[in-house]
Amino acid sequence: MREALLGTPLARVCCTVLALVVLAATAGPWLSPWDFDAVDWDAIDAAPSAAHWFGTDGVGRDLLVRTLTGARLSIVIALAATLVSCLIGIPWGATAGYLGGAADMAMMRVVDGLYALPFILLVILLVVLFGRNIVLLFAALGAVSWLDLARIVRGQTLAAKNEAYVEAARALGVGTPGILRFHIVPNIIGPALVYATLTVPGVIIAESFLSFLGLGVQEPQTSWGVLIADGAREMRSSPWQLAFPATMLAVTLFALNVLGDRLRDALDRR
Amino acid sequence: MRHYLLRRLAFAVVTLWAVVTVTFFLVRLAPGGPFDGERRLPPEVEANLRAAYDLDQPLLVQYGRYVANLASGDLGPSFRQKDFSVNELIGMGLPISVGVGVAALSLALALGIAGGTFAALGRDGPRDRLLVLGATLGLALPPIVVAPVLVLVFAVSLGWFPAGGYATWKHFVLPAITLALPYAAAFMRLTRGSVVEVLNRPHVMTARAKGLGRFRLVTRHVLPSALLPVVSFLGPAAAALLAGSMVIEEVFSLPGLGRYFVQGALNRDYTLVTGAVVVYAALVLGFNLLVDLCYARLDPRIRHA
Repeated sequence: MREALLGTPLARVCCTVLALVVLAATAGPWLSPWDFDAVDWDAIDAAPSAAHWFGTDGVGRDLLVRTLTGARLSIVIALAATLVSCLIGIPWGATAGYLGGAADMAMMRVVDGLYALPFILLVILLVVLFGRNIVLLFAALGAVSWLDLARIVRGQTLAAKNEAYVEAARALGVGTPGILRFHIVPNIIGPALVYATLTVPGVIIAESFLSFLGLGVQEPQTSWGVLIADGAREMRSSPWQLAFPATMLAVTLFALNVLGDRLRDALDRR
Repeated sequence: MRHYLLRRLAFAVVTLWAVVTVTFFLVRLAPGGPFDGERRLPPEVEANLRAAYDLDQPLLVQYGRYVANLASGDLGPSFRQKDFSVNELIGMGLPISVGVGVAALSLALALGIAGGTFAALGRDGPRDRLLVLGATLGLALPPIVVAPVLVLVFAVSLGWFPAGGYATWKHFVLPAITLALPYAAAFMRLTRGSVVEVLNRPHVMTARAKGLGRFRLVTRHVLPSALLPVVSFLGPAAAALLAGSMVIEEVFSLPGLGRYFVQGALNRDYTLVTGAVVVYAALVLGFNLLVDLCYARLDPRIRHA
């Protein structure tokens, strides 16, 4: 795992970038003299300068602080949606793998069927119809991104269920829920959690799509999708309003993808 | 093989029915109705409106009527756009969305398979490294980032392509490229991985030992089995393409299905939303059936079953 995260120069750069993004998102808005929704009347639509490093937007709000606030939201949404997908995917995959036979077939058929569905439609419907609150957005994104995890956990469970400790537990009379809860899940949870982090870039992209379409986060709250949508509208006159948030998003996704690939390779080898 | 395909068809029909049912009830359970406007309508008018659209009936009766109409291909009248039926609205949007989607998917497949094979043949060499890095970069560039940049460069600065609209084939070039990019990257990684694996199989070594040329070796002996993972990824890719296509339609002002769906959802146009979801789901499921058919033809284990 350490090898995967720090093994090559590229991986080290990606780790550093992610650490910086998280650090800046956490501390930045708090250290900056500007608030994410405060208007600087002397610098409306201003290019990057010493006072506003990333410039300001069309109503004079500091773009650096807004980009970092957007990063906060992306990180929180990614974590929350990943948690939700673990809560569904791990029990689902472990149960299917452990039970085997017809139950396994049926449960994995459901997963296959869901793969083929355009889930984003469901997320949009939920968000539009039941009000745009952020908690719902977390839950909806998590509820549609557990499929990969369920498959992987099932595979791990198939390998684990013939181990001696599971047999021993069964011989001692532990029931199926007990075996799953206390013997199988604790033993596969490590790799499962690492795989769960692979859903993070997907969730960040989905959130930015929704916010871009105006279906996600609402003003004055902001996210990378909102900032990119606003920036795209003004890109001819004030290109920095697009450049900074778009670069942040692309760099973060790139770092996450590089590290995700390396983690996946490291896990597959075992 | 016929048995396999019939089973997939039955599965698709059941899935479509489930999608229709879930959407129908979800939309109606939500707070707020299609006739909530700025002004409160007089109660008689609202009652008449509700009666005209069957909204005064019990939910199950509405559902029964909707499914019966759907079975004969009628998606009902639009609740908000009074002069149009949902069939007409979707009929206007669908060709545009399908056009962009097909163009993007073809482009992604061509780029991905060619690039992936090329990278695998020079495994661990400089061109392989470059292509793999390019693919990782491609995955990190979602349409919301790529689309504005392409518009700025190719439409505003260079003026090669229009920035929006849908009059000629030129209008579809930038949208298709934008939409294709992440999928080209994904297909390339898949192809590269499986070509590398297949190159080491005994039948390929035999063919090579017999002195087969590189091109024939790849097209006849490597790709048919190496492409199986790519083919099975096509289904989920088509479903995911939809999300991107909504963004694309927004950025390039293409009046496709995605815009009708988003508008319908915002206006609570029940029939339009349900209709768009039904058409989307039918498209994706139909495409999945097509993929299954290709898979069955490519994989002798299924072809001869």
